[in-house]
Amino acid sequence: MKIFKNFVIIFLLMTINNINANENSERNEITKNLRCLICQGQSVYDSDSDFANSMKILVDKKLDEGLSEKEIYIYFKEKYGDWILYDPGLNKNTYLLWLLPILIFLFGGAIIAKSFILKK
Amino acid sequence: MKKKLIPYSIIFTFLIIFAVFYKSLKDTNIYTPETKINNDIPIFSADLLLLNENSNSTEIFELDKFYLLNIWASWCVPCRDEHPILMSLSKNNKLNIIGINYKDNKKNAKSFLDELGNPYEKIIVDKNGTNSIEWGAFGVPETFIIYNNKIIKKYIGPLNNELLLEIQKIIK
Repeated sequence: MKIFKNFVIIFLLMTINNINANENSERNEITKNLRCLICQGQSVYDSDSDFANSMKILVDKKLDEGLSEKEIYIYFKEKYGDWILYDPGLNKNTYLLWLLPILIFLFGGAIIAKSFILKK
Repeated sequence: MKKKLIPYSIIFTFLIIFAVFYKSLKDTNIYTPETKINNDIPIFSADLLLLNENSNSTEIFELDKFYLLNIWASWCVPCRDEHPILMSLSKNNKLNIIGINYKDNKKNAKSFLDELGNPYEKIIVDKNGTNSIEWGAFGVPETFIIYNNKIIKKYIGPLNNELLLEIQKIIK
């Protein structure tokens, strides 16, 4: 019986831990995709600067207000521009970034097709 | 066929490399923050320093008036440098100067203003820095010019005499 009690207590402790982790995970997920603008090469999640700490508080606030992950990205993009997102959308500055891999892939495919398939 | 393909592919690769380098080498690789302007001002409510009351954005910013919003802190050294410029701007009655006290404690902020003078009409308390982020600020000091609830100009870093003339030209 005593062992069973202990087991229940340990199980409860573990689930409480799990709940806490879930609460923060959405915040962490978002802050990992936001660039800390005043640090070099760090995300808001990684950084402990004044700017990043304020951003974390604001992300929490926006989540409490009921904004979705996407809405929060749009919100920050409006204020700071594309640079704040680690995953920028397709626009006139980033089209090369998005299209180049596809172009290279097609070009490579064409070479393979020409040299192997057409030869036969 | 194969003989022709190799030189063509080499030329093609070099063209792509050339295009990428031509485009990106012209840009500076030192990140300069985008000064996004013509954004609407954020909607917020905050405590005011010195007045001990709560206020919100519609109360502070009226239409058809020029506002200068300055983010400052008593611990920020460049803020000390730009303070005389804010003092001289405060003499202009066309311009209302609003301050945001960024991550500061009240006592230090008050003694800073006692020592150097208070150019601000109202000072918004921003204890955790979130209000500044809502404005799209990077840190202290930073200055915004606001007209009709729109940010028409933004200066990152301390103001100097050149910018003073520029601001005076804008509000004329």
